[in-house]
Amino acid sequence: MNMIPVTYYIALSAVLFTIGALGVLIRRNALIIFMSIELMLNAANLLFVAFASIYNLLDGQIFVFFIMTVAAAEVAVGLALIVAIFRTKKTIDVDQVNMLKG
Amino acid sequence: MTNLILFLTLALVAIATALGMLLSKNAVYSALFLVLNFATVAVFYLLLGAPFIALTQVTVYAGAIMVLFLFVIMLLGTEELPDSQVLPYQKPMAIFLSLVLLIEGIYLILQQKMPALVSNNPSADFGSPKAIGELLFSRYLLPFEVTSILLLVAMVGAIVLTVKKKGGQS
Repeated sequence: MNMIPVTYYIALSAVLFTIGALGVLIRRNALIIFMSIELMLNAANLLFVAFASIYNLLDGQIFVFFIMTVAAAEVAVGLALIVAIFRTKKTIDVDQVNMLKG
Repeated sequence: MTNLILFLTLALVAIATALGMLLSKNAVYSALFLVLNFATVAVFYLLLGAPFIALTQVTVYAGAIMVLFLFVIMLLGTEELPDSQVLPYQKPMAIFLSLVLLIEGIYLILQQKMPALVSNNPSADFGSPKAIGELLFSRYLLPFEVTSILLLVAMVGAIVLTVKKKGGQS
């Protein structure tokens, strides 16, 4: 038997996504919130590849490629923003960053 | 059967490392757990017949992105933050709502009629760099080019956001 029900992959992806969402909700460190977002993106990517494999279409994998590019761009800009916030506020605790004015 | 055992072991590692990322107090440990998680997902991609995506995952995610994360964590010196709970009910509430989301999701999955089983030994050609490259440069040529502009904009944006003005602060 070389087959695994696709439901298993979907369930795994759902669990990973939920852990990511939980991380965004309960952690206060901006960097860890950011890592949780990466985890959620990864869960979505896993589903794309699983369905590409079922339907024998490469388009799903191309989508994953594009998502990875967007994630890389997002990380570059997001980390630059966090560094800029740290310079003015001296903290990256999201509870302390509640004012728009520096 | 071996494939099922392989899948379950890898799934266990993936979930454990994700939880480790979530629960570590130290941000450096979180980042290292996340690297392990990305590596595990890369092995899943290999199982699903996507060798090119698997290696991209390792180089881009586990390599470049996580190095950037570790670099920023160590640059800012914010490995651990002091505990500050502004909303005391937030944590139990978040855990409860996440459990609801998970149960809802899994229930809906079980309701669906899913197409088929995932074959774990697809043809060697499927997902090879050659096949992906041919598709990228034919049907997805325009999105591919737009991606390069996106990366350029992200690079310029990151530099503009972090550059220090002459004379002044930040």
